[in-house]
Amino acid sequence: MMEDFNSETDSDYTSYWRDWFISSRGNEYFCEIDEEYLTDRFNLTGLNTEVPYYQYALDLVTDVFDLDADDDLREQIEKSARHLYGLVHARYILTTRGLTKMAEKYKKGDFGKCPRVMCDGHPLLPTGQHDIANMSTVRLFCSKCEDIYNPKSSRHASIDGAYFGASFTSMLFQVFPHLLPEKSTRRYEPRIYGFRVHASAALARWQGRFREETRTRLQEADVQVKYIEDDEDEELEDEEDEAQTVDSREAGRGDAASMDLGR
Amino acid sequence: MSSSEGAPESWISSFCSLMGHEFFAEVSEDFIEDDFNLTGLQSQVPMYKEALEMILDVEPEEDEDEEEEEEEEEDEDELLGDEKPPGYRRERRHARVASDLSVIESSAELLYGLIHQRYITSRPGIQQMLEKYEMQHFGVCPRVYCNGCKVLPVGRSDTPGQETVKLFCPSCQDLYTPPNSRFHSVDGAFFGTTFGCLFFMTFPDLDVGPRFDASLNTLSPTRSASIPSTVTTTTTTSAGTSHQPTSDTPRPVWPTEMNGVRTANFAPGLGEGKMYESRIYGFRVSERSRSGPRMKWLRMKPTDINQLDEMAYFKALQHYDNDGDAQMGGDSTQNAIANRKKAPMRRRRYPTDPMNINGAAA
Repeated sequence: MMEDFNSETDSDYTSYWRDWFISSRGNEYFCEIDEEYLTDRFNLTGLNTEVPYYQYALDLVTDVFDLDADDDLREQIEKSARHLYGLVHARYILTTRGLTKMAEKYKKGDFGKCPRVMCDGHPLLPTGQHDIANMSTVRLFCSKCEDIYNPKSSRHASIDGAYFGASFTSMLFQVFPHLLPEKSTRRYEPRIYGFRVHASAALARWQGRFREETRTRLQEADVQVKYIEDDEDEELEDEEDEAQTVDSREAGRGDAASMDLGR
Repeated sequence: MSSSEGAPESWISSFCSLMGHEFFAEVSEDFIEDDFNLTGLQSQVPMYKEALEMILDVEPEEDEDEEEEEEEEEDEDELLGDEKPPGYRRERRHARVASDLSVIESSAELLYGLIHQRYITSRPGIQQMLEKYEMQHFGVCPRVYCNGCKVLPVGRSDTPGQETVKLFCPSCQDLYTPPNSRFHSVDGAFFGTTFGCLFFMTFPDLDVGPRFDASLNTLSPTRSASIPSTVTTTTTTSAGTSHQPTSDTPRPVWPTEMNGVRTANFAPGLGEGKMYESRIYGFRVSERSRSGPRMKWLRMKPTDINQLDEMAYFKALQHYDNDGDAQMGGDSTQNAIANRKKAPMRRRRYPTDPMNINGAAA
């Protein structure tokens, strides 16, 4: 890695540190930060206390580094540069340009697919659970099931989550709501010799009631909640549900369960 | 030719050591040799007899014995014409070894898979899978809040050729695609729909709670500190669910078993504090927002596990209906009735109730 980098600077290439960083193995989740964004000091506020050898690292990232350093120091600066890039990256991907770049990568499926079977391989988005470095590694958010997963590859499992930040995914869908997938009520029903398992089925019924309660609550606030299945086969059931869940929670609860017993 | 094949490794163990077959247990020969266990498979597998012989490694030996005989017989055949059907059949099989070997091989794999589906629900089979499970041969759940809970291979269909093998996580009760693509060609029917749940009902004491306890504990205080609004909820719930025994949880009302499952082992990865909440700059996204949370239900679990006791609830409801005309909206009275009703009923149910699922599972 170091050698790659050395040969590049030695041969007088310019503005290639970021290119090299983006294209190196394991960094597939990152997008390239614009030169202008990096050179605007305002965007880097506070980072000088977070990153050792801040100035050198910044020089390296912006390809103006020309210090004659020994290998040890160089390696440390290189490490700092990666850390700095990550921290700036977390800020950059919340800007309009950054969001657009990440949305492109999302559409291409650069971040992998959701491992959950019922999500049918929905594309994922990288996210952090914290905005502070060294707290947790990067997670992958599926907008279809709204849950977070660990990356399956170990080379991604060591990336700091703070390089993407905890706000990124929510911000992306605030800015591009048309990218939101249709949600589905499909779920896995554990069965033994074809019979549903009571414990899981009871939980599923409870969750179904919870869903319908939320839906009614939101409907009262004029927010429509739609699931894919609503258009298809559950229309009738839905109307029944609505009629019966409106008056009281308890009635809805009894109804959902008795329908299941009848089947 | 056959001596080299027959010597060190059986077909079964070489099949199980193939790349991508790491999930399979080695079915014991006793199990296969019992015809009862193979009921109905004959119609599902082409070249059933040859496939079965291949699995049991009986064919090579037969071949060895027969080869000399066959040569003699072939001569006889020529003399006698087509009048000797057994000899003719042998000759056909001999010719098949070259051309149809791949067909028999794939039939054998199919047959082995179908036997495997039955074997892993039998007593020795499920025991063998337990060993594999405990050694984490099947991997862990990719979901962050399941904290690396070990998963189990299952199928979504019992008919071969429909779907590949999936992984069932007991902690979130959900199904995942194996991360490694070499499992994307393994048929899910070879594990079957029944195995996943039967396994956890057979071993109800298996701890499916969080495994990276240490790392979780170092993370959780800092997490709740950085997100002040969840301090109360995260700390209480993690104290309640992440530490293993339920006996010292802050909720004495929890029964140790509910619906046939230990409450401590029932979907420990779900519920408040174990769900992802989308936030922007630390503020939760409102559910009224267009991009607000819509899938919370999928990872929810009642904070009071008693809400899943539907029997108690129905009893209370019936009693309530018989009593007649109290107001439906009166939540407090109804809960009071439910609680009053629940307590004696559970006491009654555990020792003697013939419907007791817990007794049957243990």
